[in-house]
Order: sequence, then C-alpha cells, then structure tokens
Amino acid sequence: MSVLARPVPSAEITAARTWLEHAHDWVVTVDHKRLGIMYVVSGIVFLLVAGAEATLMRIQLAWPELHVLPPETFNRLFTMHGTTMVFFVGIPIVFGFGNYLVPLMIGARDLAFPRLNAFGFWIFLFGGLLLHFSFIGGEGLYGSGSAPAVGWFAYAPLSGRAFTPGNATDYWNLSVFIAGIGTVGTAINIVATTLTMRGPGMTLSRLPIFVWTILTVSTMTLFILPPLSAAQIMLLLDRYLGAHYFDTQAGGSAVMWQHFFWFFGHPEVYVLMLPGFGFVSEIVPVFSRKVIFGYATLVAATVAIGAVSLSTWAHHMFVVGMGTGLNAFFGLSTMLIAVPTGIKLFNWIATMYGGRIRFSVPMLFCCAFLFQFLCAGLTGVMLSVAPFDWQLSDSYFVVAHFHFVLIGGLVFTIFAAIYYWFPKATGRMLGERLGRWHFWLFVVGFNVTFLTMHIPGLLGMPRRIYTYPADRGWEMWNLVTTLGVPLQAIAILIFAVNVVVSLRRGAPAGDDPWDAWTLEWATTSPPPAYNFETVPVVSSRRPLWDLKHPDDPDGPHE
Amino acid sequence: MTPSIFEPVSTPAYAIRELAFFVLGLTGAVFVVVTALVVYTLVRFGRRRDDDGSEPPQVYGSARIELAWTVVPFLLVVILALVTTRYIYGIEGREQPPEALEVTVVGNQWWWEIRYPKLGIVTANEIHVPAGDATRPAPAFITLQSADVVHSFWIPQLAGKMDVIPNKTNRTWIDPRKPGVYVGQCAEYCGVQHAWMLLRVVVQPRDEFDRWVATQQAAAASDPATHAGARLFASLACINCHTVRGTPANGVFGPDLTHLMSRHTLGAGVARNTPEKLRAWVEDPEAMKPGALMPPMKLSGDELTQLTAYLLTLR
Amino acid sequence: MTGPGHAGHAWRGRVGMIGLIIAEASLFGVFVVAHLFYMGKSLHGPLPREVLSLPVLGTICLLSSSVTVGLGARALLHGNVRRSGLWLLVTVLLGSIFLAETAHEWYRLIYRESLTIGTNLFGTTFYPLVGLHASHVIAGLVMLGLCCVFAATGALRTAHAERVEMVSWYWHFVDGVWVVVLMVVYVVGR
Repeated sequence: MSVLARPVPSAEITAARTWLEHAHDWVVTVDHKRLGIMYVVSGIVFLLVAGAEATLMRIQLAWPELHVLPPETFNRLFTMHGTTMVFFVGIPIVFGFGNYLVPLMIGARDLAFPRLNAFGFWIFLFGGLLLHFSFIGGEGLYGSGSAPAVGWFAYAPLSGRAFTPGNATDYWNLSVFIAGIGTVGTAINIVATTLTMRGPGMTLSRLPIFVWTILTVSTMTLFILPPLSAAQIMLLLDRYLGAHYFDTQAGGSAVMWQHFFWFFGHPEVYVLMLPGFGFVSEIVPVFSRKVIFGYATLVAATVAIGAVSLSTWAHHMFVVGMGTGLNAFFGLSTMLIAVPTGIKLFNWIATMYGGRIRFSVPMLFCCAFLFQFLCAGLTGVMLSVAPFDWQLSDSYFVVAHFHFVLIGGLVFTIFAAIYYWFPKATGRMLGERLGRWHFWLFVVGFNVTFLTMHIPGLLGMPRRIYTYPADRGWEMWNLVTTLGVPLQAIAILIFAVNVVVSLRRGAPAGDDPWDAWTLEWATTSPPPAYNFETVPVVSSRRPLWDLKHPDDPDGPHE
Repeated sequence: MTPSIFEPVSTPAYAIRELAFFVLGLTGAVFVVVTALVVYTLVRFGRRRDDDGSEPPQVYGSARIELAWTVVPFLLVVILALVTTRYIYGIEGREQPPEALEVTVVGNQWWWEIRYPKLGIVTANEIHVPAGDATRPAPAFITLQSADVVHSFWIPQLAGKMDVIPNKTNRTWIDPRKPGVYVGQCAEYCGVQHAWMLLRVVVQPRDEFDRWVATQQAAAASDPATHAGARLFASLACINCHTVRGTPANGVFGPDLTHLMSRHTLGAGVARNTPEKLRAWVEDPEAMKPGALMPPMKLSGDELTQLTAYLLTLR
Repeated sequence: MTGPGHAGHAWRGRVGMIGLIIAEASLFGVFVVAHLFYMGKSLHGPLPREVLSLPVLGTICLLSSSVTVGLGARALLHGNVRRSGLWLLVTVLLGSIFLAETAHEWYRLIYRESLTIGTNLFGTTFYPLVGLHASHVIAGLVMLGLCCVFAATGALRTAHAERVEMVSWYWHFVDGVWVVVLMVVYVVGR
C-alpha cells in the first residue's frame, strides 16, 4: 500500500552480484539502514553469547555447593555477562533501531554524519570483540590475562592494580571505553539529525514518540557517558601510571568511583529502557487501532524521566554510608521518577481501552511487557525506600528487579520491535506460528526464572556468589530459577530459526503490512537506499492515517 | 537457619520489616488495581470475530484524566517519601547509648576480624553479643572498617547491611532480643572467595555471654602434651600472619587463633570446625577454599598431626 | 548538504559541534570534580601552593587566541581567504606558546619539584586535568593548522566558512575549559 515511493531500479543495480561484492557493500556502507541492521544483528549475537554465560551460571547455582564451575570462572562469567548485556547488547540494539528508524520516521534520507555513523558501528564491534578476546587472551599469572572478574561495575579498589594484577581488568576498561566513543558519536549524530534534518511539515510536535525517546536518550548520552569514560581513564592511570584516584592506601576514595560510575550507570538504564517505551508507543496504537492517548504528556514524561534520572544515581549507594540527608534525597528523587513512568503505563492502557486489539506477535510481546514492567517498576519503588534497600541491596532481589526491567521490559519490547519492523527492513514477514511459540515459551520461562528469583533475595541470598551453603534454605528457589532457563533458551532458538527461515521463505510484506500510520510505512519494504523518492509533506502526527482517512485527518484534533 | 528479612530479632530489622509491609501494601494495591485494569482492557477490547475492519473512535487524550493519574501517584510518592525519611533517621540517626557494647569489624579478603576494643578481645568471623529483650534492649554498636577492598556487613535478621570500605569508617547497630545463632555474609563482591565470607552472630543470655568474654580475654592455653606442635607453629611462617596471645606469635594478616576452637566454623564458614576439617585446612587451604590467601605449608603427615593437636588446644 | 539547513533549521554541523562540546564538557567536569574533591587530602607534599605559579603568559596567549580565531572565521565569511589564513596562523602560534609554557611548567614540576602523577593526590589529579586540556589544545592546533595549510594552498573557500566557524567554536570551548582549570587549579586550589 505504498502511496509515495515507487523506485525504479536500474539494470546495474539488479545485476547478480557475487557474495564477495555483497559483503564489500556491507563493510563499506554508510547507509543508516544497513548500519542499523548490523548493530541489531551484532547485538543479538552478543545476546546469545551472554545468554550462554548466564546458563552456565544458573547450572552452577541450581543446587548448593556444586562444583560445576570453579570460583574464578564463575566470577568471570558474571562480569562478562553483565558487561556484554549492557554495552554490547542493549546499547547497540537500541541505537541500531534508532539508526534504522529515525531518518525514515522524520522524512530524512540518512543521518547527519553518515561516516561518523559507520565509524561508531565498527568501533563498537571492535570493543565487543576485544572484550571477548579476553576469554582466549591467555591465562597468565593467577589467570590474570583472562576475562575480567571484577563485576560489570568494576568497583575500586578491587579493580586496581593491587587487587587485580594482570590484564584481565584492562580488557573490561578498554573495550567499554572504546565502544563508548562510538556511542557518543552516534548520539551526536541522532541529535543533529532530529533537530536539523526533519522533512517538510515534520515539526518537533509531530515526531513519532519513538523518535522522541531516541532523541532524549541521545541527549542524555552526551551528558552521562563521558563521566564513565573519565572514570575509566582514571582507572587506567591508576593501573599503569601510578596515579591514586581510587587508591585508598594513598588517601584515595573508593566511593568516588561509585559516584562516577553510577552517575553514568543509572541514567544508562533509562537510555536502554526509554526506546523500549518508544517501541511500545508505536506498536500498541497500531494493534489497538487507536491513536496514542495523550501524546503531549507521553513526550513530557519521556523528557522528565531523562532529566530526573540524572539526579537519582546514588540509590545504588544507599548502603555505602552516605548519611541520612543524602539517603533521603536520593530516595525521594528515585520515587519521583516513578510518576512519569507510571503515567506512560496509563497512557498505553488508555490507548488500548476502547480499541479493537489484534493479538499479533508484536502485540503479544507488548502485552507481556505491560505486566512485567509494572512488576519491575513496583520492585523499583520498593528499592527506592532506602531502609528497605538496606536489606534488599546486593541481594538476588535486586538481580530479579533489574532482569524484570531489562528482559521483561527491554528485551520483550525489542522482540516486539523486531517482529514489527523486520517486514519493513527485509520485505518479508516473520512466521506468526513460530512467533507464538517463541513468545509463549519465552514468557513462561522468563517468569519462572525471574519471579522466583525475588525470593532468595528476601531470604538473605547476596548476589555474585558462585555457590551457597546448604543450610540457608535457598536451594529450592535456586533450582526452580534454573528450571526456567531451558524454556528461554528454546524460545530464543525458535526465534533464530524463525529469522533464518523467514529471510528466505517469509510471506512478502508489502509496504505497509500492519496498516500503520508513521512515515516508514510510506516507502517500500525494504526501502530504497535514498529512503523516499520524494520526501513526503506531513501535516499531523500520523501522516498515513491522514492519507487513509482524508475525511477525518488528525490535524484538527492535535 | 534461613536468614530471612521477614524474621527479624533486632530493632533495625524489625523497623525495616514494618516499613517493608507498608511499602508492600502500597505497591501491592497499585499492582492489583493496574493489573485488573490491563486484564479488563485486553479481554474486553480484543478484536471480535465479526469485526468489520472499521476503525474505532480515535481518542487523543483527556486533560482531566491525565491530571488525575499524575496527581494520585504524586501524592502516593509524597507519602512514601515522608514515611521513608522518618525510618531513615530513626534507624541511621540513632545515637549510641552509653551502655552499648562496642564491636569493631574489619573486613579482609575473605574473612572478618572481630574486635571488642573495651574488652581486649580479638576473634574472627563470629560475633557474640548478649541478648536483650523488648523492655531492656542490649544494643551493640559496630564500627566497620576494611583492610583491603569494599565488603558489606549483612546479617538480615539483625539489621540492614552496611558497606565496609577502605579509608572510610562506617557504623551500624543491632540489639538482638532472642538468643540464637543468626547468619549472614559479605554482600559486596570482593574477589574470588566472596561467596565464602560468612558471618555468624551468636546471641547469648547475659551470663553465657559474660563467660564467653572471660574465656576470650584469657591468654592462649598451654598444654605440654602438644609442645611439639607449638614449636612447629612458632618455627614456621604461621607466626607471620597469625596471633596467639601469650606466645610470640603476633601476626595480623590472618585471623587471631588464640581461641580458634571456640568458633563454630573454619575459613569464614567454608567448613565446620572439627579436627578433621582443621587438619585438612592446615594441609591445603586452597583445596577447601580455592583462592584463599593462606598458603599450604607443605608439612609431612606427622608434622600435620602435631600441629593440629596443638591448634586443638586453643579453646 | 553542506550549506545551512532547509526549512529554517540550523545547519547540522552546528548542532553536531554543540553536541560534541556538551560531551567534552561532561568529560572535563568529572576531572574537575576529582580535583576539587581531593583538594587538601594529599597525605604529604609537594602541595599546590608550594610549587604552582600562575601561568600568566600562556593564559594571555590562549585567551587572545580566541579573539584571533574569531577574526579568522569572520574573515572567511566575508570572503577574505588570505586574511583568514593569517589570523588562523596567529591563533596557532599563540596556542603553541601556551603549550610551550605548559611543557616548561611540567618539566620544572617533575624534575625540580619531584611532583609526578604518582607522588600524591595533588599530582594524581593535576596532571590528567591539565594534560587532558593540553591534549585538546593539540587537537585544536592540528585542525587550525590544517585550515592554515588549506588557506595557503588555495583550497579554502568562502563555502567552507561555516566549517571553519565550527573549528573556532571548538577552540572557544577549549579556552573556556582553560578558564575553569585556571580558577580551580591555580586560584582556588592554591
């Protein structure tokens, strides 16, 4: 149902190309769509690696005092798992979707700085490969050349030279630092694109909510990523040039690392989650057949979350001994953020209310997200209550909470987004039947594992332990937690099969398979390199609704 | 011996449980209401089989509804913040009463040094305190320091956790009301054996506690039958790391062994303190606790027997 | 699309440079915070007031180089490539004098006052902060130097005026950071 773009390929473009020429095209590309796809695919590959790491850990923890993995290996696994998931799965997939969708959604032909875009991708990939090279980099003295084992937040002074000699920690430090350079570049790119390259009629107040979320998190990235890079430079100087930034024996402060890290680390999780909200804000309206309820408040809530999140970081440090005043302040700021976040949930419910909901696979993932994110948000509120956090911090309750946010929230919305936009990117639909199997196995397995996981936390089980004594009463809960893992693994496998099979034999998608309303559905699937033959002129937030319903356009209602 | 946060025996833990119930009630209510709303919406507004494909009425927003669902959560947040602040000050802001027992805990990789400065006691991994009750609490105020990296002191049934940070002194307090053994462990990843940095707090009736104090204050026993072992201990590198009061051994890198046999466990909880386990530990700590910083002393079978016999006298 | 944006938007290069400046300001901010936090906490000397002296010449040169770079960017906007190249060259020279003074100061601190990055907390926070700034000066001098070369070879044209202006914005930022570093390290810190 493409209304506007009808590219006419020349013979040269359609002549058969060797696989080497194809590969070359992808390696040298500066096309935001190809880079976006490469980001997402790389992120999914790293997801499989980190998922395997988690599986090994859960096997080791299934029963008390097992000896499946020695302690050093377990400690490396949880470090690599966390680091990979945040920096090499979450960030690239989120910015990958941003890369792909932002120009299409705002009526631009590419991002502002295409070469910077390509640079950002390749440097991220290099960082990811560098981190994983540490697995085979060599044992060295005390395993010091191997994968890092300092936890994904590498607290000082454990991460200093005195307590972690050798190069393991440097793999963590450098790979994340290098990838961070690419992320800042991409953030600059997206902000410049969104502010200066919108198509005719596309005012800021007509941007799709997804674009607002990506704009917000890109702006946040400019403020919060450099502090992590700064702290990592300081750590590098400590480890190699004898500096004392975090050297407590020379008067340095271990807590200062935590402040710098979490000043980045907390807003970072909103950087990950807000685009997930963006996905939901695009998908739920289409499958409810209703306009998003309360566009302006959703945008305001997005920006508010972004801004307030910069003031909440020390809720990760309630047990550090900051004192009553700071504990109270950060508790309050963290509770405040629940308000705009809750508002979003209500907006989505109100969108579905009165609609005609189609439960296709993207919508299934969004529905599960609604329940799961509600849980995640509420356990977050529990954790913001500082004295309660004095019990829950650093326990499996926190681990369960953030997996509910990042898997139950982010990963579910990422799957929704993949099922929703895969047809646009490839011209083929993902299998609906396999998709339902993927969904149901995954949602059951996820909840079996992570709902159960809250309980050992409440019973006093701390995190990052490679085993636990038999007399603590934790074994049944750990066993059940582990039993959810195979279900999730099979679900992901089915998803991978679905992707591979659908690339070849999926039903042809056409321009607009979901009967949607934003600009990316106004061009072919996949779009031509130049996105739109003529850039469409928009006069409302749902340009395609206006075209399909000329008798009742959106403009006057907005 | 499940260290559940919902089975407190000490005021800070009681207070936190009270607060937790309030928070769980509040968030539970929100959960029920919102879940019901979502379920109702999904069920009621699913597309019908006979759907004609027309679009439902488009509702763009409602200032009144949106204001309501902003204001109500905001008010809930205000209430929660006020209640929370009261508990923060109530627990953390507690002044140390003059009769409080003073304990200093020093976190090490991967064991806990326990000192009672006013009583002249040094031990490891196990804290003894007298039991109070609701009318006459027996508070113990604990000073927390670290010898190396960041650890965290957590015994869920007694209090919330508090980090143990080098170059910073933290403070926490407990006032257990029921005798018993309450377990906990380090709650901040501190290196390879973070998992086996366990803690025990033995809460005893006042007279039992006083007897324990007296035993701990005494110098090491000296039994001529184990003289050979004592000599081995003195001649090997043991004295570089361990203290045995009343002997020349005054090392500070490892736990004080003066009353080693009065403790329930070895290796910060990795094994029960039995003669067999003790022998195995001395022979090769790495086998029981891989990565432990105590080196194997490479003793012959006889030397091991003599040394263990000596250590068994340190009650 | 190298010219100003359509539909009344700013040119994307401007927004991009502002984005870069925000990120860099955030980076410098953390080093400044560390320096402030550790002020007075060194376990032993040398202390700032014992060994630091106000870098007057370098500061005057660097701050006036902001004026010259602005003149250079404006000259190109008005089509005067030669004058632009000259002002940019003056900027490079002024910046180089600043760097030379920094190098001289560091030589004195390391060899005469025995202050290195590992000596104490002051050394730990002084060198990276001042050094990070100096590295940004070097990067700026490289870019300005290239502009001079292009001006000399005739490759620089009026159409590039906005790009050169972005380089001048970067340079202004570097100077702004110097003002902060000067205040924090040499005034407050002493």
